[in-house]
Amino acid sequence: MEDKEKKPKKKIVPYKTKMLEQPPKERVKNFKEVPLGYSEDQAVEEATRCIQCKNRPCVEGCPVEIDIPDFIALIAERKFVEAARKMKEKNALPAVCGRVCPQEVQCESKCTLGKKNEPVAVGRLERFIADWERENKMVQVPPRPAPRGKKVAVIGAGPAGLTVAADLAKIGFGVTIFEALHKAGGVLVYGIPEFRLPKAIVQAEVDYVKSLGVEVRVNAVIGNLFTIPELLSNGYDAVFIGIGAGGPMFMNIPGENLNGVYSANEFLTRSNLMKAYLFPEYDTPIKRSRNVAVVGGGNVAMDSARTALRLGADDVYLVYRRSKDEMPARAEEVHHAEEEGLIFKFLTNPTRIIGDEKGNVKAMECLRMELGEPDASGRRRPIAVKGSEFTIDIDALIMSLGTNANPLLPTATPGLGLNKWGYIVANEETGETNLKGVYAGGDIVTGGATVILAMGAGRKAARTIEKYLS
Amino acid sequence: MFKIVEKKVLGQDIKLLRIEAPDISKKARPGQFVIVKIGEKGERIPLTINDFDPQKGTITIVFQEVGKTTILLGRLNEGGVIEDLVGPLGKPTEIEKFGKVVCVGGGVGTAVIYPVTRGLFQAGNQVIGIVGARNKDLLIFEEEMKAFCHRLVITTDDGTKGHHGLVTDVLKQILAEEKIDRVIAIGPTIMMKFVAKTTEPFGVPTIVSLNPIMIDATGMCGVCRVNVGNETKFACVHGPEFDGHKVDFDLLMGRLNQYKEEEKIALTTL
Repeated sequence: MEDKEKKPKKKIVPYKTKMLEQPPKERVKNFKEVPLGYSEDQAVEEATRCIQCKNRPCVEGCPVEIDIPDFIALIAERKFVEAARKMKEKNALPAVCGRVCPQEVQCESKCTLGKKNEPVAVGRLERFIADWERENKMVQVPPRPAPRGKKVAVIGAGPAGLTVAADLAKIGFGVTIFEALHKAGGVLVYGIPEFRLPKAIVQAEVDYVKSLGVEVRVNAVIGNLFTIPELLSNGYDAVFIGIGAGGPMFMNIPGENLNGVYSANEFLTRSNLMKAYLFPEYDTPIKRSRNVAVVGGGNVAMDSARTALRLGADDVYLVYRRSKDEMPARAEEVHHAEEEGLIFKFLTNPTRIIGDEKGNVKAMECLRMELGEPDASGRRRPIAVKGSEFTIDIDALIMSLGTNANPLLPTATPGLGLNKWGYIVANEETGETNLKGVYAGGDIVTGGATVILAMGAGRKAARTIEKYLS
Repeated sequence: MFKIVEKKVLGQDIKLLRIEAPDISKKARPGQFVIVKIGEKGERIPLTINDFDPQKGTITIVFQEVGKTTILLGRLNEGGVIEDLVGPLGKPTEIEKFGKVVCVGGGVGTAVIYPVTRGLFQAGNQVIGIVGARNKDLLIFEEEMKAFCHRLVITTDDGTKGHHGLVTDVLKQILAEEKIDRVIAIGPTIMMKFVAKTTEPFGVPTIVSLNPIMIDATGMCGVCRVNVGNETKFACVHGPEFDGHKVDFDLLMGRLNQYKEEEKIALTTL
């Protein structure tokens, strides 16, 4: 009895501290961020839920190995500056990761507390501390290490490239990132919408990476402007390829080239990178369509559908050939989209797109599907129901079927090992390709995956490059 | 930032800018293009390269002021800068010794067929040039073309200079009289369509340079997709040059007109 009084067992709080969100009816009319973030008190309250268990399984669940219990403990003690510094030791892009990482299958899925209750809201805390540091102007540039006299070229300023660059710059390597677009950030700027990841936040994190001494050269299409052999013979000691999996996939059904049919890449690039949702203040136009169908079931499909809703569509349909359970999108994204009025058409597969006399899309013919035996992906294979054709009237169609490897750089790099789909063959633990001094990571190696996995690949490649150049 | 070192007015609403871009100038080849973006809020538009000089480290673009971006581009002066310039993009023109070739340039496309013509001339081809414009004020690059053509024919729609009529009238006559090994046409889509139609019965290989709407121009967005031989191709990376006999020009023209209304709205913000 006495013992218990000395060491009172910490009371478990079963639920995550709630984070406020813009109400669905309001947010569907703007491009502002949906979740509003924690206040200091809410963050402290949530951080206090962490039981600081000894085996720290959450760290294992993090592809960039953030010292999660340590930064959470610092938040609980209201040592916000220290918490931010702790996080930045392992992650140069915390405000991004706190928003777009699938924590539910990573750190939070391993949380000891999560076995019987809701796990600690690691993602929300990560976001809080990154935002707190930025908003309070406490972002600090670590002192520059002694230069090592070696230079690394990083191709692509997306999550993988920014991570490699930050890691190598922090230990004294000279780093230049070559970015094909006019803005750094990769999928964070062209793909993920403002309402999920405000671009000013991406810019702040890119600026942080630059402040570490990384040079970012935009408008540089490697393969065309310079080749990898040219970079290696013109002052760079190693090259990291992090160009993403850029090519859009189409279904190869009739009518796909009609006006009003977009790849998700095009639709999102117009809206996000080019800010076409602000047309004509910005010069790039986007159609304000009335009835929009999005084909696909991933996060990109959700982003496309929610963008279409915000552009003022009356009805947006999500057309997916399997059922809700098989959707690859994060549950949170599906939930948000549902709240905003997205109409789901499950077990539906488009067979042809019908145009009017002017070449504009006016309808889509679909077949109903049913689920059969599991296929190679482990998901039940959709089978067409004969004679079940029906049409949906639409004036815009967005194909969000995944991406394929963009051959531009690989084909301009003699001898670079590719697999049969055109992705670069690289050791997933080290980033090594078959070419000496050439490393690769992220979607161009794995195929379309997540921001954090690309960052993890960048981290591993940076370690290998450090060894190679030491 | 890319500095403008020379500006010339070539004709009615047609301007030339020579721009400092040392790295692009070293890699550019005839037939390739650049993406130009002006200002933070600008759109990305493709413009085929008119010329390049690796010694001086410059590239030259020629454009007609038809939309907001080209009008803004035309307002820039020597010493001014273009924020974003990306290139060289697309595949270069196939240049080898084919024999006797006809190079057809229409309107502002003449500025782009010029380096192709020069390349084919220097590769030892017999080169016939046909340059067409709506009227004599829109004729450009006549002298430059003359220097690299064994024969040059001028046409104007209104007869103010040269042959009164279309480039296809002249082309048809040449094809009927001589054996031609290859035709290359760069100009308005409608012109390229009819050039391809003209050469088809003669079985002469015909190359056209397509100019669809583009955004990233590196194969990522797919807005520039064209139908060539019933296959979807991306003009930015698979082209911009294609076999003219296989191109679905009507589809291309439809896709080019997609944003006509928005283009008008954009002009009101100038």
